[in-house]
Amino acid sequence: MGERANAAQAQDLVKEFDGKRAVDGVSLTVPEGSITGILGPNGAGKTTTIRMMLGIIDPTSGSRTLLGHHRPLEAAREVGYLPEERGLYPAMPAAEAIAFMGALRGLPLKEGRRRAIELLEGRGHGDWAKRPIRTLSKGMAQTVQLLGTIAHRPRLIVLDEPFSGLDALNQEKLEQLIRDQAAAGVTVIFSTHVIAHAERLCERVAIIAEGKVAFEGAVDEARGRLRPIVHLRTRAEGGPWRSAMPADAKQVGGEWRFELPEGGPEPLLKALIDGEAGIETLSIERPGLHDAFIAIAGESAAQAMGRPTGEEVPQ
Amino acid sequence: MKLPEKIRAAFVIARRDFTATVLSKTFLFFLLGPLFPLGVGFLFGGIGAQMDQDASRPTIAVIASAPDFALLDAARTRLSPLAAEGPLIELRRANPEPDLPAQRRHLLGAEKASVLGVLDGGLEAPHFTGAVDADGRTVKQVRLFIEEARRMKVEAPLAAQAMTVTLTSTSAGSVAFARGITARLGQGLLFILTILLAGMLLSQLIEEKSSKVIEVLAAAVPVDSIFLGKLFAMLGASLIGIALWTSGAAAAVALLKSGGLATLPPPAVGWPLFLVLVLVYFSMSYLLIGATFLGIGAQASTVREVQTLSMPVTMSQVLLFGFASLGVGKPDSPEAIGAAVFPLSSPFAMLARAAEEPTLWPHIVALIWQAIWVALILKGAAAIFRRSVLKSGPAWRWPWQRRRAA
Repeated sequence: MGERANAAQAQDLVKEFDGKRAVDGVSLTVPEGSITGILGPNGAGKTTTIRMMLGIIDPTSGSRTLLGHHRPLEAAREVGYLPEERGLYPAMPAAEAIAFMGALRGLPLKEGRRRAIELLEGRGHGDWAKRPIRTLSKGMAQTVQLLGTIAHRPRLIVLDEPFSGLDALNQEKLEQLIRDQAAAGVTVIFSTHVIAHAERLCERVAIIAEGKVAFEGAVDEARGRLRPIVHLRTRAEGGPWRSAMPADAKQVGGEWRFELPEGGPEPLLKALIDGEAGIETLSIERPGLHDAFIAIAGESAAQAMGRPTGEEVPQ
Repeated sequence: MKLPEKIRAAFVIARRDFTATVLSKTFLFFLLGPLFPLGVGFLFGGIGAQMDQDASRPTIAVIASAPDFALLDAARTRLSPLAAEGPLIELRRANPEPDLPAQRRHLLGAEKASVLGVLDGGLEAPHFTGAVDADGRTVKQVRLFIEEARRMKVEAPLAAQAMTVTLTSTSAGSVAFARGITARLGQGLLFILTILLAGMLLSQLIEEKSSKVIEVLAAAVPVDSIFLGKLFAMLGASLIGIALWTSGAAAAVALLKSGGLATLPPPAVGWPLFLVLVLVYFSMSYLLIGATFLGIGAQASTVREVQTLSMPVTMSQVLLFGFASLGVGKPDSPEAIGAAVFPLSSPFAMLARAAEEPTLWPHIVALIWQAIWVALILKGAAAIFRRSVLKSGPAWRWPWQRRRAA
């Protein structure tokens, strides 16, 4: 696979509000066609970074490029954006709202109306078309706005906390929509504070904590920063096998947990067997994105992110 | 973003706003708006007329012989054209009775007659009795009647020919006077329309800010386009109102005044061009003041904040109107030129000029000048909005702070 062009790039973005630095030198690269997650706890600077990259606000310093344009608004026709604070005109019918959002980004209104009906009917929501937004539930309105974000068939979609406010079923639908868009070659950037969504969807992640990028790269690369974790239960309490255990091994309940030593599983297994450990169970777990997040951003940032796995999504 | 793209984006915003405004139920109230002050005017006018009719004029009882009273009444009639500012007192004759003091008391005390005072003693030794100010209007009028009656009694009427009157259609004085009226009327109309409509722009961004649509708009189009679109949408809605109101007013004039609009004093540039200029200068005034108000109103986050801003904003419009009206009647005076140059008062001043001066090139220059200022104010308002509301760009610093930072 050849080198992909970048759909978005940020270089040393800094944003100060009333002298306080909200974003502190963020650099990001988003390859075309990728799904990139921007992870970080609330207040980390994710939304401000997104707003700067889209040209809604100008940075205090630094530069950004969006689909090859140094002035992001020049790429507006090829970008779809779902803001964190959803906003639609309450009196506007749903189909008209979708068409209006498309028209803002250059889609002729007539075509926008046609696509709006198509998008709504395609998702079984044809009956929403003429209903004013104020008569829809919050989740329904959010779906309408999401469809408005893609109505003009953008090359890049930016979704700021798209899963918040959605029930489990709609979160699954949204995950599928993101996958479908990516499969069609669209670049997707989304911010979230729920790591599970990023773990399931993203090819790349940028971890932002306290206004700085703590990590940026492939999800596997983030995970690869940690060694696999060994979970071991033995029948023997003591014996020669204990000398094979790494110094940082911890006993949690009846189970030993430790990072897989540099030599890999075979020397460990041999040492345990030869040392008569009486292996009851042994599993080697590949570290999750959450573990990588803790390692990269720190325990406090991880706690601010909430639970390790997406409790909002049914498994 | 290139200019055609900015205009396209502004058109999308304008279309949405225009449709939302014109198709809303409240727009009907907006259209009917001028009927309310007219209704109130008719109501209070009617009440005033009724009160005027009901109120009895000051009446003086005159105890005098019939010939003396006839002279006094004739004097009153002769003097009446001079009393333009207020009514002359009424005179009512009472036959002399033997007991004069008793008759005076009776006349002054009779509730039904409502007499203010009693005059007796004839023209030779007149005496006034009544509850009035000794140097007041009533006493002065009575004195005048007596003096005039005495003069009429001693002088024989002159056998002179009465003055004849020849009417001309115009004179320099009448044309200047009429054009001055048209200028003031035009300015007044422009002021009322602008004050009625521009205030609405204060709250134009509240909907977007409260429903969070502003983020969607700002991510897709430049803030200049958002402002321009909103301004033109409201201008379009206003022009619908104006078309309706003007047609209604013209129909009313045609119905109430024989000869219709043609009987109104003509402006220097002629009626057709003047009406076009009313429309053009209204649009310019609306765009200039509207762009300023949109920028001010965009800083407000709630309806309450908009209401707080309304009063100073309306007062500033009154000041502009006052400034522009200083030059009416003297179109080449420094006041008139100053008002024409100052962008926000320029449309008012130029409309007055159209009523008073036939030269057209100053209007072309003024319109270009005003258009430049519309663009500048919009640009400035958008920049302030981006910086203060969207918190965009580097923090603003005073020059000395910039030097220190460098």
